[in-house]
Amino acid sequence: MTVLLEVKDLRIEAPKKDEPAVKIVKGVSFNVKAGEVVALIGESGSGKTTISLGALAYTKPGLEFSGGEILLKGEDVLTMEPLDVRGLRGNRVAYLAQSAAATFNPALTINEQVTESAVLHGVMTQDEANTRATELYHALELPDPERIGFRYPHQVSGGQLQRLMAAMALVGRPDLLVLDEPTTALDVTTQIEVLKAFKKVIKEEGSAAIYVTHDLAVVAQIADHIVVLYAGEVQEQGSVDQIINNPQHPYTKRLMAAAHAGPKPGMGDRLSGDHHKDIANIEVKNMTAGYGEIVDGKPAITVLRDINMSVKNGHVVGVIGESGCGKSTLARVIAGLLPPAKGDIILDGNILKGSYKQRSKKELQRVQFVYQMADTALNPKQLISEILGRPVEMFQNLRGQEKRAKVAELLRLVELPVEFENRYATELSGGQKQRINLARSLAALPEIMLCDEVTSALDSIVASNVVKLLKRLRDLTGVSFMFITHDLSTVAAFADEIVVLYAGRIVEQGPADEVLAPPFHPYTRLLISSVPEMRIDWLEETMKKREMTAGIARGVEITDVGCPFYNRCPIAISGTCEKITAPTYELKEDHFISCHHNAAEIEAIEKAAGND
Amino acid sequence: MTDKTANTEEMSVYDELPDVPPKKKIRLTWVGKLGVTVVLFWVIMVFIGPYIAPFHEADIMAYDSYMPVWSKTEGEGFHVLGTDYIERDILSRILWGARTTIGISFLATVFAYLIGVTLGIGAAVAGGWTDMILSRVNDAILSLPSIMLGLLIVVALGTSIPILILTASLIYAASVFRIARALGQDIMVMDFVEAARARGEGMWYIITREVLPNAIMPLATDFGLRLVFVVLFISSLSFLGLGIQPPMADWGSMVRQNLEGLGYGSYAAVWPALAIASFTIAINLIVDDISASEGGSLARKMI
Amino acid sequence: MQRMVIQRIIIGIITLWVVSVLVFVGTSVLPGDVAEIVLGQTATPETLAAYRAANGLDQPLYMQYVSWLGGMVTGDLGTSKAGGASISSLISGRLGNTMFLAGVVAIISVPLSVMLGLLAAMYPGTWIDRILTFGTLTLISVPDFFIATFMVLIFAVNLGWLPAIAHISPEDTMWETIRASAMPLITLIIVVAAQMIRMTRAGILNVMNSPYIEMSILKGVPRNRIIMRHAFFNAIGPIVNVIALNLAYLVSGVVIVETIFAYPGLAKLMIDGVQTRDLPLVQACAMIFCGTYVILIILSDVAAILSNPRLRNPK
Repeated sequence: MTVLLEVKDLRIEAPKKDEPAVKIVKGVSFNVKAGEVVALIGESGSGKTTISLGALAYTKPGLEFSGGEILLKGEDVLTMEPLDVRGLRGNRVAYLAQSAAATFNPALTINEQVTESAVLHGVMTQDEANTRATELYHALELPDPERIGFRYPHQVSGGQLQRLMAAMALVGRPDLLVLDEPTTALDVTTQIEVLKAFKKVIKEEGSAAIYVTHDLAVVAQIADHIVVLYAGEVQEQGSVDQIINNPQHPYTKRLMAAAHAGPKPGMGDRLSGDHHKDIANIEVKNMTAGYGEIVDGKPAITVLRDINMSVKNGHVVGVIGESGCGKSTLARVIAGLLPPAKGDIILDGNILKGSYKQRSKKELQRVQFVYQMADTALNPKQLISEILGRPVEMFQNLRGQEKRAKVAELLRLVELPVEFENRYATELSGGQKQRINLARSLAALPEIMLCDEVTSALDSIVASNVVKLLKRLRDLTGVSFMFITHDLSTVAAFADEIVVLYAGRIVEQGPADEVLAPPFHPYTRLLISSVPEMRIDWLEETMKKREMTAGIARGVEITDVGCPFYNRCPIAISGTCEKITAPTYELKEDHFISCHHNAAEIEAIEKAAGND
Repeated sequence: MTDKTANTEEMSVYDELPDVPPKKKIRLTWVGKLGVTVVLFWVIMVFIGPYIAPFHEADIMAYDSYMPVWSKTEGEGFHVLGTDYIERDILSRILWGARTTIGISFLATVFAYLIGVTLGIGAAVAGGWTDMILSRVNDAILSLPSIMLGLLIVVALGTSIPILILTASLIYAASVFRIARALGQDIMVMDFVEAARARGEGMWYIITREVLPNAIMPLATDFGLRLVFVVLFISSLSFLGLGIQPPMADWGSMVRQNLEGLGYGSYAAVWPALAIASFTIAINLIVDDISASEGGSLARKMI
Repeated sequence: MQRMVIQRIIIGIITLWVVSVLVFVGTSVLPGDVAEIVLGQTATPETLAAYRAANGLDQPLYMQYVSWLGGMVTGDLGTSKAGGASISSLISGRLGNTMFLAGVVAIISVPLSVMLGLLAAMYPGTWIDRILTFGTLTLISVPDFFIATFMVLIFAVNLGWLPAIAHISPEDTMWETIRASAMPLITLIIVVAAQMIRMTRAGILNVMNSPYIEMSILKGVPRNRIIMRHAFFNAIGPIVNVIALNLAYLVSGVVIVETIFAYPGLAKLMIDGVQTRDLPLVQACAMIFCGTYVILIILSDVAAILSNPRLRNPK
């Protein structure tokens, strides 16, 4: 195969006034052959995005190329004339960004943006480009391909936008695609759909690609060659088979270890004997919640419906579901941040008031909410000593020296150096901020912590360290956790019990190892089989399974009657499921499923499909 | 505990990389530094101007009106910038006028900020009816042209320096209110404010420790712009004869009083106008320099 | 979307009402008794009382307010206390002059400043941007009376091309009117355009930090198209807002310019009214100014709502 792109000793730095420049990329070399997908893998800060943008002769503001060359078909893009650079971008090399929602211009129609570069570069006329775009919409399996281009970006879903961006990149038939974490922000169920579409189109178009990601399992599905990066330097590179199955470099090994092992039966952290009393610490009864005016216990927009669940003392309950299923709302209702429209929140047998404003200080102290984004949850203008000191002062009534000692203790508890008390949150890395975020809740000496997607925004290694920390905290303090995530593997590694939410309803709940083992609720099965596994060809195998063909791409609909999963369910009973709310029955002790099929039926269907 | 040390040793090889670059300090270009120099000069003049001025602001030289620059008078000394329409030394009046013009404007802006920020942040934090009523009254005040409103108040209450300060601060408090309220609303929806409320913090703590520290920088930039507006406003009132009353020197009325001289080729009206312009341009240069370093960098990547 | 537009209009009406209360109460505290001013020093207590009764001045303040507001709404602006002429007739002539001034300035300065603002944003950091930024910065920093005086000095005194005083009468031909009002026109265009150029540039550059702009750069879109198509369409809201504010200023805030050039506009009329304690006149002018402001702001808000594709094309 001929070499399409040659990156030779690439150096990129951030020049500083009066001080030496900060080196971001320190001499990176790799090749991309024609028709090959090369993955750049590393954590945030590894320089992977910076390197990939180099292929477009572009650096983010504040950075500049300081050495090396990037040869596209033998021509160095870094020394090109400005007009040639413009002819390169979008035409010979096309870029796909991480968040399509932000990269599509809200004021222009999708078609105008998709066809723009091809027409501007004179590759085709507007009519030809429109036809080509529609072909790509078909190939990318977008709904209503003939007309989707006339819509505005806000009128289509996130997963669809991500695929539309692929169409935008491919329309002018570029030599090279640069994909920058294109599936990271998506739900697993959407990710698999987008991955499939990308892989198919890349194969059909025969274009080469640079695929930037931190997720090894995703890389295993789509890449031919892997470059492992750390701090702007190549640690190891090789074929996908070699890196996945036989990693040599210690850093690659670490990455592999942190990558999700995929949820499996028996993986759940089943309660051992030393977990104390099986008393419900917090209980949610017949709770309905949502936004807007509440009439007769029904809000204008219902987000959660008839929720019954509990968290026992010292237990970890994982709540999973796709975005928009109401999992964060559930935690917010329990914390009193959103008063429920109907039903009760019970703490140790006492009914809590709906709003935090009416709850006592003691009650506020016992239930603590941990926000997803440490960036917005920590005041950027307060020192860590105040962020942690204030709750210590309020809830533990400590002042002066005692308070300082407590703050130091908290920092040690979350494995951060004590000197951090004199820093601002903005001076910390993502993982460190999340630890401070946790420490602030711990400062209240809570009995239960409601963790809302606390690992979702973090890289795999950092996230797995935070989960390790959470486990340690549970063992040390005996705090119960409600752990909300869309990432099934994280839950599997940490939770005693799992609650599966779909469109505002609980469809399955029970002990972790039982929820992860058949018989599954059809939605749980969809979730489990969507988590990428660290083996090549997993994508192809999975796509053949029937779950994937049963309208996986269809959006979540919140319904008043019937089972909300009806339109995506491979085993839906037409005439029943869409009309009658599914009955909830106990499969085994403490293991509940809401489905019109009984356990025996589900098992029979699973067997017939050969899924076990 | 042994487990933990092993863990940290392993970690130290591949530390978590910082994903946020350390915050940049504000650095001024030479343009911004020039602005700072000019502003500093005038601020110093506010304090020492009257002491270094060759004459008193009200001294009538009884020699000649509209004397040109660098004129020498018998026994009286130099008039570096000449004399005005009633034979007063212009340089001295400008130095004295710095205190009046800048001092009054500064005080008025400070009061405008005290009122505007208190009510604006208060409205954002309280919300509901308080916010609704305050905002409508504020809209109403904003809808009246500021110079008209100023005239009305001055005519109703008479011209004196306290009333001038009061008028300017009331009028400009309305625009400060708008900005402070918008900033406050943006900050109030942040998670860290909700976290503070949810742990039972009172209004006072939330306003002083959570909201204000995050609003201080944008408000400081706006303070500069607002001060410019107030200087121009006070000067305009003086120009209309409703501001600072003679014989006190202030830059606005100095321009007005010496306008006629322009016809005879005297620059007596130009010097105070330049004084105003140098001060306001300098502040704007600083503000521009600060905001330029914050944004617009992507625009330079266009080809 | 319709709901939002209606909401804006209702808020506007409420604002106007609050304005009417403020204006009425505000002007009522103006010192001096109207009856005494009108009838002069020689008036006897009896004639004063008769005058007050005839004009409703003996009624409680809120009753006076109600009848005043009723008159405003029905278009009966009352009679001038100073001259006895009907306020409508006083205002109508002046309003025409003001509208002429504002109209011509707007027609020239709005397209000019949007174009120059876009130009500056298109070439940030280049000499063209620097000149525009520094030039407009200087112009917004100096008082408008200084610019006006400068104009007089150059065009009237030194060059003698244009009259220093804007004498306007209804009998003038179009050319005479334009020549007579050339100085105030030029002054206002400079003042208003400087402000609008800066805000247009800032509005565009604010949008320029968005990821979709970076995307368009990475798609190889040329700079003029990035500005005109990608950025401008997203910056319409703030730009229209600035234009509205400046137009409102043209109608009401041009006191200084009208004074210097003795231009017979509405603002000058109000100043004269303030000085003669002609309350009904001052109130009527104030309401016209605020009404214009509120209407312009509503229009700009509606334009912002209409230009937002999220609101124009709901899901």
